[in-house]
Amino acid sequence: MSKDIHIKRGLNIPLQGESVKKISSFSPTTHYAIQPPDFHGLTPKLAVKVDDLVNAGDVLFFDKNQEQIKFTAPVSGKIADIKRGPKRKILTVEILATAKVTYKDFGKADVASLNQDQVKAKLLESGCWPYIKQRPYEVFANPNVQPKSIFISAYNTVPLAADFAFVLQDRKEAFQAGVTALSKLTTGKVNLGIGAKDAEFFSFVKDADVYQVFGNHPAGNVSFQIAKIDPINQGEHVWTVNPQDVAIIGDLFLTGHYLANRIVGFAGTGVKEPQYYSLLTGQNLEELFTKTLVEGDFRIVSGNVLSGVKILKNSYLRYFANTICVIPEGNHYDFLGWHPFVGNNKLSLSRTFFSWLTPNKKYNLDTNLNGEERALVVTGEMEQVFPMDVYPMQLLKAAMIDDIEKMECLGIYEVAPEDFALIDFTNTSKLEAQTIIRHAMDVMIKEVG
Amino acid sequence: MKFLRKKLDNIKPNFERGGKFEKFAPAFFAIDSFLFVPNHTTKTGAHIRDGVDLKRVMYTVILALLPALFFGMWNVGYQHFSQIGGDLSFLHLLGYGATKVLPMVIVSYAVGLGIEFLFAIKRGHEVNEGYLVTGMLIPLIMPVELPLWMLALSVAFAVILGKEVFGGTGMNVLNPALLARAFAFFSYAPYMSGDQVWVADAAKVDAISGETILGHLASGHEITSHSVMDMFMGYIPGSIGETSVLMILIGAALLLYTGVASWRIMLSAVLGASVMGLIFNTFAVNPIMAFPWWQQMLVGGFAFGVVFMATDPVSSAQTTTGKWIYGFFIGIFAIMIRVFNSAYPEGVMLAILLMNVFAPTIDYFVIQGNIKRRKNRLKKLVKVA
Repeated sequence: MSKDIHIKRGLNIPLQGESVKKISSFSPTTHYAIQPPDFHGLTPKLAVKVDDLVNAGDVLFFDKNQEQIKFTAPVSGKIADIKRGPKRKILTVEILATAKVTYKDFGKADVASLNQDQVKAKLLESGCWPYIKQRPYEVFANPNVQPKSIFISAYNTVPLAADFAFVLQDRKEAFQAGVTALSKLTTGKVNLGIGAKDAEFFSFVKDADVYQVFGNHPAGNVSFQIAKIDPINQGEHVWTVNPQDVAIIGDLFLTGHYLANRIVGFAGTGVKEPQYYSLLTGQNLEELFTKTLVEGDFRIVSGNVLSGVKILKNSYLRYFANTICVIPEGNHYDFLGWHPFVGNNKLSLSRTFFSWLTPNKKYNLDTNLNGEERALVVTGEMEQVFPMDVYPMQLLKAAMIDDIEKMECLGIYEVAPEDFALIDFTNTSKLEAQTIIRHAMDVMIKEVG
Repeated sequence: MKFLRKKLDNIKPNFERGGKFEKFAPAFFAIDSFLFVPNHTTKTGAHIRDGVDLKRVMYTVILALLPALFFGMWNVGYQHFSQIGGDLSFLHLLGYGATKVLPMVIVSYAVGLGIEFLFAIKRGHEVNEGYLVTGMLIPLIMPVELPLWMLALSVAFAVILGKEVFGGTGMNVLNPALLARAFAFFSYAPYMSGDQVWVADAAKVDAISGETILGHLASGHEITSHSVMDMFMGYIPGSIGETSVLMILIGAALLLYTGVASWRIMLSAVLGASVMGLIFNTFAVNPIMAFPWWQQMLVGGFAFGVVFMATDPVSSAQTTTGKWIYGFFIGIFAIMIRVFNSAYPEGVMLAILLMNVFAPTIDYFVIQGNIKRRKNRLKKLVKVA
């Protein structure tokens, strides 16, 4: 069954350095690490200590508040180090991998014949549970609630996006098994949003409602699809899963192993040959970066350039990564750079640049803020990139003052911080909208739960 | 420019924390960031940002005001010399106008920016760019004969009580430029209305008559001395920047093209004024009611007010639906005040100020609509369950 979702408004940001459709494998390194800060809202409790030996799939740590949620090793090896930050916060659990990976066996299973509890138990046991995220608040799902539906968006509209149909080309079976597994977890439906060009590829999908999504970014963000199909009301839960993670979940049932393989798009002008790499969650990236990145003052972003995280050269592949973008740093001055119709190499939603006249041009945007933070003056620009029946500026203002009741009224349960990424990008006042919303959600979790 | 950058970088440490002139940091950084868009990079949130910033937006509005400013200067000369006779060459008129208008612009910026800098230094925050536009608007909506000290006082009143007490740029309820005009209007009425203030030296030279069209109509006379073309082109007495609808339209075109000003507000205000004008035309009992509805929009401050003041994003409605309502009522009230209250032939100023006050209420009801939709969705669900 295929239905269409048309999302108007929004903005595609065409950047240079898109990854070409080629997957290279990279000889695995020996250094791996799982990073608890990847999981927002997690208070990790360690299950291992330094020098312990683990198989792939063995528990490294679990959530202190919901102990059944476990986080497991992507490879087998020895716990090499546990790094802590301020207040003894655990930053990384590092593993020195064995040459040949040995897996903990969770048992193969025909997922179609399992019931909800069996699926849930397997996902929790194997460490695949944290791949499931929950709305409201965009945190990992609480296994004790019933989601009214589950959403997967395989339509990727972020700048320099990884193409999910390409990434999943050899994992159809795993993806299907994952979808079936997810369909067991909800009384409602699993909904899959796809781009029009991928309709043929995803025609194999069963056990899910497939929607074709049309529109500019943020049409690919799952929130906007949820709002169109099955909006979240106060007190309801909706779960979302990233397409690659669906395949990892599927592999668990097909092979009985936790296989944390990811195909990650390397993109941006800081990459010599932008393309995809087949990697393993937690793998150290320094060697790969040294080989593939251009020398110079660049910023490496794990995730997309709108809502990803800045990482260092010596870091590990993050848990949910689909892309790694490398873009130029922008610590330069621009003489009278604010003058209208000057600096037309910059992209803008406003027409104070001539850049809108060349819609097909691809930009090499850097990390310059292009101004300074200011009071909120301009109105109407946030709504242009927020295609949902929510007033983004009013919601942000309520979030700034932690006004919980107002946030509830204005739709905080329906949004995720990433939905505000384009507002970060476009707003004239250089407001940090994603940070404000994330902070507000933390307040909500604490006060409302 | 490297030389300038180097110089600034050399003296910068004096203004940073612990430096000799730490207190004056906001002033220094205001000038520094005026000359150079700073090298700040994104820290949290999106790693790339739109090229636009508040300076660019504000400066776009100033660019849009320039045609009206230059025409205003020329017209000051034209109104003066066409009545007493003399050299009517373009440059002579413009030059004469400049000697009258530029001092007003300078006083407006000096007083206003001075106060803004003081508040920024006192509060230790950055100087916002809001006053760049206000400072240009204020002289353009004043009569040319307004004494400079009155202008300075109006500016000070508007900036301090209209804006800074509310927290500065972005927080004000009323449009500061209009507040300055309202202050002058009610405090120094003889200098803000009548037939002796709109043309330079009208009070001193008997041969000069400087009544505005609206003043003329309000006193019960029909317009015979000026053609419709005069009104459109702006060859009429009036506040410095308000007379030429053509120049204002050029500015409006820039604002609409760049998307800096709301087309919804402009359009709905014109619609509101048309509706009100048509109603008055239908039931006309005096010359100002009989004045054709479309000509209402060519005279007085209507065009200038609707294009440059009603669209001020801070004091106008913020929601899309709200903008339609807000603009429409500005149009209605502007014409209504003109017609009903002959003591205030300039209805636009009061109409916009009035709607500034109501803008948050309009937004409140629009947003309540959104909240209600959300609650209804939930209610339906509970019923089904």
